[in-house]
Amino acid sequence: MDPLSLALIAVLTGAIAFLLTSDKGRRGLELALRSLWLHKLRSFLSMLGIIIGTSAVIILMSFGEGSEKDVLDDIKRLGTTNIIVRSVKPPEDANSNMRQRVATYGLTYDDMELFRTIPAITRMVPMRIFPQETRRGAKGHNSRVVATIPQYAEVNELKPVQGRFLTEDDEALMNNVCVLGSETAKNLFPFEDPIDSSVKLGQFAYVVVGVLADRMPTGGTGGSQAAEDFNHDIYIPLSTSRGRFGDRIMIRAAGSRSMEKVDMHQITITVQDIDKVRPVGTMIREMLADAKRHPRQDWALTVPLDRLELVERTKANIRQSLGIYASISLLVGGIGIMNVMLATVTERTREVGIRRALGAKRSDITFQFLVETMVQTGIGGILGVGFGCSYVFVHALLHSMPQFSFLFQEGSPSPILHLPSITWSLTTAVGVGVIFGIYPAMRAAHMDPIEALRHV
Amino acid sequence: MANEVLELEDINKFYSGTLHVLKGIELTVREGEFLALMGPSGSGKSTLLNILGCLDKPTSGSYFLGGQDVSTMSDAELSSIRSRYLGFIFQQYNLLPQYTVVENIEVPLIYQGIRLDHTTKKRCEALAELVGLGHRLDHRPMQLSGGQQQRVAIARSLVNRPHLILADEPTGNLDSKTSVEIMVMLARLNQMGKTIVMVTHENDIAGWARRIVRMRDGNIESDEANEPWPLPEGAPELPVHLLEGAA
Ligand SMILES: Nc1ncnc2c1ncn2[C@@H]1O[C@H](COP(=O)(O)OP(=O)(O)OP(=O)(O)O)[C@@H](O)[C@H]1O
Ligand SMILES: [Mg+2]
Repeated sequence: MDPLSLALIAVLTGAIAFLLTSDKGRRGLELALRSLWLHKLRSFLSMLGIIIGTSAVIILMSFGEGSEKDVLDDIKRLGTTNIIVRSVKPPEDANSNMRQRVATYGLTYDDMELFRTIPAITRMVPMRIFPQETRRGAKGHNSRVVATIPQYAEVNELKPVQGRFLTEDDEALMNNVCVLGSETAKNLFPFEDPIDSSVKLGQFAYVVVGVLADRMPTGGTGGSQAAEDFNHDIYIPLSTSRGRFGDRIMIRAAGSRSMEKVDMHQITITVQDIDKVRPVGTMIREMLADAKRHPRQDWALTVPLDRLELVERTKANIRQSLGIYASISLLVGGIGIMNVMLATVTERTREVGIRRALGAKRSDITFQFLVETMVQTGIGGILGVGFGCSYVFVHALLHSMPQFSFLFQEGSPSPILHLPSITWSLTTAVGVGVIFGIYPAMRAAHMDPIEALRHV
Repeated sequence: MANEVLELEDINKFYSGTLHVLKGIELTVREGEFLALMGPSGSGKSTLLNILGCLDKPTSGSYFLGGQDVSTMSDAELSSIRSRYLGFIFQQYNLLPQYTVVENIEVPLIYQGIRLDHTTKKRCEALAELVGLGHRLDHRPMQLSGGQQQRVAIARSLVNRPHLILADEPTGNLDSKTSVEIMVMLARLNQMGKTIVMVTHENDIAGWARRIVRMRDGNIESDEANEPWPLPEGAPELPVHLLEGAA
């Protein structure tokens, strides 16, 4: 826990301990509770601003926490020491050069050889990715073929639930083997064990050697990086794909066919440590920017670490605007309480006069009304915290239950209770009580006792 | 002669700089006296009583209370004097509505800085009993008649064992029968040795006092001894320990 929260907790518990242990404090507290209880509705209404303020702070901070966690998980899935380079089909190929039969673009094996000269790179995983129907007898599944090397499993921390992933031998011997994503396996083998069965891609058969567990899809938040759903994948060795499919790939989409010549659709580059990620990213960008290799912008580079920084910046922004929001709502709440306290003080003028005649000092009167305001804002704060926490809890609970998914927008974050905001908002609430209570209390204390006694 | 409880020397009070309400008042009150302050409306009785009660300060002159000059004291010091040496009884009773009978009697103790505990509670209950409200300890002021409320106020004025009890028209809101009950109670307290200064309009009420001071236009017009009405027969003795000793 951060030192600020600790300090605030210390101040709060100190104040509460004083109120509960000292005779004067306990009496002040009791008197305050009694006076508030005497006008239940009024007390509640005047607390409303504080209740709304504190609960809003907690709820908003918790949503911030939740969406931050979603993004962080996403980044972690992409890997903080990774750099992802992808081939991008340049737009003019899609329009003006319609007659050109084979679209040639993207990353090449030469590019990859060039990257190999960068010493900080510890691993490169190339991929060819294209849609293709996977068939098994009469059954078909619209899957995404991912041709890659065995290290793909390390980069993505994959664990097969059945069998194994691709191996160096598969790659070296161009074995006709495949590993299925969970949905692909479920669709093609609803009842049977897929291992050692064969499936067909195009006219060739592949032996299933493994099935992967369900994988969380990555969000599509990173610039040109689209959302990916891995569960419909089918993985084959990269060497096999070159042998079987050649360099040109037929893409069937919406009734039309097109040919593509793309060496690699993606290379996931792993760098030895986090400090090297940015420099290596810059070097790769410079290599690819060379006009001789890539006259058109047919590549894109994603550094997940950059998104981490974006998240941190957004978080700071959210904090700041929340701070402003919270201050305004607590200010409004405080003014509401001050207003009610001023009316209360006027209404209880005679009580003040009586107490003064019976020996109360000005400080006694100040203390009495100040405690009353603080108790009011404190209770308001506690109610707000209670409401805020329950809201966060219920929202998170419903969010986690599939039968309530209709309540939430796709991809909306589930809140995670942000604990420090509880202490902040509680102490701020009590602080608002002190700031806005001091004027009415002083006003009560400085009334002339004789005039106060004459008040009807 | 008994000790002086208070002594006023050339007390003047002006309101808004020009309205001369008290004009050089000289007055000495001794221990055990029961003084009735009389005079027409606007003659300055309440103003004088407020000064005696340290709720107000004279514009000039000195006021000695129990040998201390209180006319130069600060607001906080005056508060402390009120809580320690004075007991107040008002025409409007002035009980705190959110408190019970016992809690109302306890209030002056709070401001003396005394910790409320079992002993103080017992004492307050005994005082409630003394004024005949032993059976209504947990009632709130709203549930009591005017006479009963005034008795609670009397009990409250006794709780700090004051040197001086100040009463501004204590029977002003009561019918004549209840007024007599209250006055008998005050007269008996005086008999026990309590010093009382009381403002009243009515001769009947003033007749319970041992000394009657008449005011007119901010001056003392007359100051005479009075033979008080006899106390009714067969009234039980008041428990002395409740009234005397250190608070
Ligand atoms: N706060 C004040 N400001 C200005 N004048 C005041 C104030 N208090 C009292 N007075 C004036 O002082 C005079 C004496 O008032 P005081 O209340 O002492 O009279 P009183 O003898 O108690 O009258 P009553 O019998 O009606 O209670 C009156 O003329 C009154 O108008
Ligand atoms: Mg008067």
